[in-house]
Amino acid sequence: MSDADPGRAPLGRDDVVHVAHLARLELSDEEVELFTAQLRTVLDHAADVAALDLSHLEPSSHPIALQNVMRADEPRPSLERDEVLGAAPAVEDHRFRVPRIGGEAP
Amino acid sequence: MTDRSDSERDAEWEMVVGLEVHCELATATKLFCGCRNAFGDEPNVNICPVCLGLPGALPVLNEQAVELAMRIGAALHCEIRPSVFARKNYFYPDQAKDYQISQYDLPLNADGWLELPDGTRIGVTRAHMEEDTGKLSHVGASGRINAAEHALVDYNRSGVPLVEIVSEPDMRSAAQARAYASELRGILVATGASDGRMEEGSMRVDANVSVRPAGSDRFGTRCEVKNLNSLRSLGRAIEFEAARQIGVIEGGGTVEQQTRHWDESAGRTEPLRSKEEANDYRYFPEPDLVPLAPDPAWQERVHAGLGPMPADRRAALSEALGGSPSTAETDQIRAVVDLGLDGLIAAAVDAGAPVALALARAANEVAAGGEAALDLDPAAFSELLALEAGGRLSATQSKAVLGALLERGGGDPAALAAEMGFEALGADTLGAVLDQVIGENADAWARFVDGDDKVQGFFTGQVMKATSGKANGREVAAELHRRRQAASAT
Ligand SMILES: [Zn+2]
Repeated sequence: MSDADPGRAPLGRDDVVHVAHLARLELSDEEVELFTAQLRTVLDHAADVAALDLSHLEPSSHPIALQNVMRADEPRPSLERDEVLGAAPAVEDHRFRVPRIGGEAP
Repeated sequence: MTDRSDSERDAEWEMVVGLEVHCELATATKLFCGCRNAFGDEPNVNICPVCLGLPGALPVLNEQAVELAMRIGAALHCEIRPSVFARKNYFYPDQAKDYQISQYDLPLNADGWLELPDGTRIGVTRAHMEEDTGKLSHVGASGRINAAEHALVDYNRSGVPLVEIVSEPDMRSAAQARAYASELRGILVATGASDGRMEEGSMRVDANVSVRPAGSDRFGTRCEVKNLNSLRSLGRAIEFEAARQIGVIEGGGTVEQQTRHWDESAGRTEPLRSKEEANDYRYFPEPDLVPLAPDPAWQERVHAGLGPMPADRRAALSEALGGSPSTAETDQIRAVVDLGLDGLIAAAVDAGAPVALALARAANEVAAGGEAALDLDPAAFSELLALEAGGRLSATQSKAVLGALLERGGGDPAALAAEMGFEALGADTLGAVLDQVIGENADAWARFVDGDDKVQGFFTGQVMKATSGKANGREVAAELHRRRQAASAT
């Protein structure tokens, strides 16, 4: 979002490598070049929008002017455990089995 | 640093502590779906497309969770504001979605404070809503995170409503941090938002700790300490971490900004990761949820519906005791309010029991009953105190009956006392026993009548022996003194 801030340096190779790392994507050098160019085009478009004078508008986080959509605190049936676990790549002791993880939750 | 005493070292450094407390809300269902919010269920029985983040599933906000979050905000004197949910993106399997829905730059509650029992005010930066993560069990040789071979995930907890309460870095000692966490727990329980159980994880505390030279107004580099599962761990971990940082600085090093894990058995903090490798969460507004802006009428209802907070309840007890409780009574008051036993005392006092007696029995014998204490029938407690205050049961007998009441979860105190052989002796029986004991120990009796009070214990002991302990000590003493006065008068 903030990449579209006026005055900010254009998206570079390092940004793409960083974002790819956050998304756990392994990109080749060619792919990094390709996506840097493509993403720059997308962000250039966002910069066009940012260049508009929007000072008379309230910032919004949602396209629909709605707020306070809520439901009552009433339980509804959950899924069948066996059905869900049956769709998982690996299961142990009624739980999802995942690879070794370094460190605690972020 | 070995040349100086700990107190000299303490005088040169000041620790700065801020706490982040996660509180699970006591709702029936999760924050964004109708799965049950329950602790201790079989793994993965409370999961659905929403809390598993399956494609196309849409979250809908739980109104009761908002109500409870607002109660917390109101109790902490926060401003309740229009808020927006955001996605916090990260790769870790405790969320099946690979993001957590939280509030970021626009939290529901902000700018509040909490007052410690000693009067110190600690700032509350914000108290925002978010969803809890699933529970990971690390499987491997030692069970330690870094040595684990793989992990197992239970998503029952994923999506359970949380409020995260972030304090200002206003605390200056481990004792103060403990007092804050303890007072906050009392407030969370008083609002009905949470059961406040640290050992079950319904209240989880992380501590941000830094140190600086005494008198400095600049903050040092802080470390965040996680895995604090009790107030005791919280205090120990903060003490350790501050001492560690002082050691680093005095050794010529610099403190690195880190997240550290408290190892309870080793009594030390270990680095988990440094800030350089910290995640870039790429927060953005959650497109599947609309803004939350509780209207003024709802906010007013929340404020009006708040019951007395722990501070009010301590003040009420203190006033009932005449307004100037002793140090021991002050400690007892804190303990009973922390444990939620003040309602029991109020019931007994309303039924005519002396306040100090009710407080003492609640803070000691009842509190020692653990879980059972909260289930104790107030009517039974009141009756028992009436028996003790009326002299029909001695203090020792009363405590024994109270123990039995707690063990059995209730009962009729008078019947229990009878069953335990604590029937008060009739006045006739006591008189007859005394006649006999005095007759058999004429010399001792003469010394007592002459004013030798040391003999009183001897007579009480003889009476107890003759009655197999059924006599009431206070009544025996009263009778002994009555007889001495009568004897001296003649
Ligand atoms: Zn669900």
